[in-house]
Amino acid sequence: MRAMSEKAVLTGEHFFIGDVAAAEGALAAGCRFFAGYPITPATEVAERMARRMPRVGGVYIQMEDEMASMAAILGASWGGVKAMTSTSGPGFSLMMENIGLGMMTETPCVVVNVMRGGPSTGLPTLVGQADVMQARWGSHGDYGSISLSPSSPQEMFDLTIRAFNLSEKYRVPVIMLTDELVGHMSEKVIIPHPSEIKLVERRKPGRNILPEDYLPFAGGKDLVPAMANAGEGYNVHVTGLTHDEWGYPVMSDQAQERLVRRLVEKIRKNAPDIILFEEVGLEGDLEAVVVAYGCAARSAREAVEVARGQGRAVGFLRLITIWPFPEDLVRRLAQRTGAFIVPEINYGQVALEVERCSGGRSDTVSLGLMGGTLHTPEEILAAIDEFGRRAKS
Amino acid sequence: MIRKMRPLPPFDPAVLKAKVTSDHGLHPMDVYLKPGRIPHIWCPGCGLGVVLSCFINGLKMAGLRPQDCSMVSGIGCSGRAAGYMNMDTYHTTHGRAIPFATGLKMAKPELTVTVFSGDGDLFAIGGNHFIHAARRNIDLKVLCVNNFNYGMTGGQVGPTTPIQAKTTTSPYGNREHPFNLPHMAHASGAVYVARWTAFHARQLVVSVAETMKKKGFTFIEVIAPCPIGYGRPNKLGSGLEEMKYYREKSLIRQEADPAEVGIELGGEIIVGKFIDADRPTFADLYLNSPADKDKK
Repeated sequence: MRAMSEKAVLTGEHFFIGDVAAAEGALAAGCRFFAGYPITPATEVAERMARRMPRVGGVYIQMEDEMASMAAILGASWGGVKAMTSTSGPGFSLMMENIGLGMMTETPCVVVNVMRGGPSTGLPTLVGQADVMQARWGSHGDYGSISLSPSSPQEMFDLTIRAFNLSEKYRVPVIMLTDELVGHMSEKVIIPHPSEIKLVERRKPGRNILPEDYLPFAGGKDLVPAMANAGEGYNVHVTGLTHDEWGYPVMSDQAQERLVRRLVEKIRKNAPDIILFEEVGLEGDLEAVVVAYGCAARSAREAVEVARGQGRAVGFLRLITIWPFPEDLVRRLAQRTGAFIVPEINYGQVALEVERCSGGRSDTVSLGLMGGTLHTPEEILAAIDEFGRRAKS
Repeated sequence: MIRKMRPLPPFDPAVLKAKVTSDHGLHPMDVYLKPGRIPHIWCPGCGLGVVLSCFINGLKMAGLRPQDCSMVSGIGCSGRAAGYMNMDTYHTTHGRAIPFATGLKMAKPELTVTVFSGDGDLFAIGGNHFIHAARRNIDLKVLCVNNFNYGMTGGQVGPTTPIQAKTTTSPYGNREHPFNLPHMAHASGAVYVARWTAFHARQLVVSVAETMKKKGFTFIEVIAPCPIGYGRPNKLGSGLEEMKYYREKSLIRQEADPAEVGIELGGEIIVGKFIDADRPTFADLYLNSPADKDKK
């Protein structure tokens, strides 16, 4: 396409809003196709891409809606180019159809969802975190999926690179589940030299594999198939229908079982490689563990620090990977904590997972908030006081 | 949670391979068809086989090899076409073939990308994508097989069903105005607009070849018989009877005004190449944008 007239990786220190940092992270990861549609509070991602893409040899295209944006990035990915879109609640809902196509056809790409208050048009300019379950289950059918949750503009940059790497490695659309506060806050973002950025590329069919021997939908050891892009001579058929290892449609219970089980298990079995979290003081017996993510983790951390300063046995678990959910970790913690306190800007979505994994061994307290604002550290501290005392004795 | 699933029978690649090697290569068109995919799923008397065969002959006439091309389809009977072509083919979601193809074409400009789909897919659920891709003049070759109904789901009313025509969801006769597809394509900015019927096989081959050689958003509408879904409730007879109807009622009018080529139940079908114009494509304009000149 166009020649590069600007560096794709802006090595150095910057003062960026989260949305811009996500765009720069994508460019640093090698993203060269962006299709999007304006929507508050994600528009700044598209605006940055519109300015930058023509100068780094990539394509920015503003589509007619979010269904088209999602379809276009799938097409670009099959064309061999790393591709991304960005949106918020209403647009995310529209993308669900083609996110499903991306899951079924195992198409690497990244979707940035800057969450705002919902349902429907809700609070366009104010924060929400209520798309957590939609990110996991929003498209119909069963599939394994990956969602990451950054808590700062620096993480918007870092995790967007990670999102691309995971999408290439596991051949799934990866969702950057961020929120209006992180998307719009300005902080220092350090962009490393390209040589310090580790990139993962999709596995290609081996050089000695002839097109007639290449099974485009047979999983390897990690259950992920090697991917031939368009125009590479493999004549692959890619369909959203249930298909066999050739990619040919097969309407049978066995084909469905074989394909969808692999789609689910390629994420489930590789969960230890995918899951990232940050912890503070998760040792020994605990009064409470505060589980948080995204912007809510910022006040949660403050509350935990204060409680620990008072000598309380309170731990902090910040989810960086929300999906797949760190089931084993929460299960283990449930044996040593009196309560999980889950502040999130919804009425209990991650809290449902925490409660499920704790299996009744400890209390789960959902600190629900409907959006437009953040929990204060005081509110979270008050919850630690109220429920953390119930530590087992 | 204890996860208990049915055991899967062991995977045998040899069985899969046998499926695609048997009986392939016996027909001269097989090089353009994916091994192991024929027989197709279309009903006896359906026009899609004729159209696909014309499409292949159009590629040959244009001198394109399968590896130079890609086909993207949506959902429906016509949407299954992609699955038969021996090239990189994408059977996408309902209505979204065009935006998928837009991404593919921008990522891989050297491929000739055809969108092969039906009237319901391209003009009901996908209508907005069609007009915007035409407006942008994305370099896509759109071929719409118009059978006036939703065939795959058993013959429902669609955006091209003529007034009065009966379908399973217009049991008393359609009460909606249909789209005039060439008019819509032209008004939206397509650089090439033609209409043929499945009876006009030779003209269709030439049109396919012409669009393959033309840069920009091209559109061919092919009127095709659907004796099961549309023919039966409207007493049009077999597929052969419908072809006879096309022969008798079609009028070739090259360069006809697209606004004047609407179709009525039992009426004449104006066919021909209506528009052949030139306009810079999205890629032309994008590559020549002054993005680098205004740098501070």
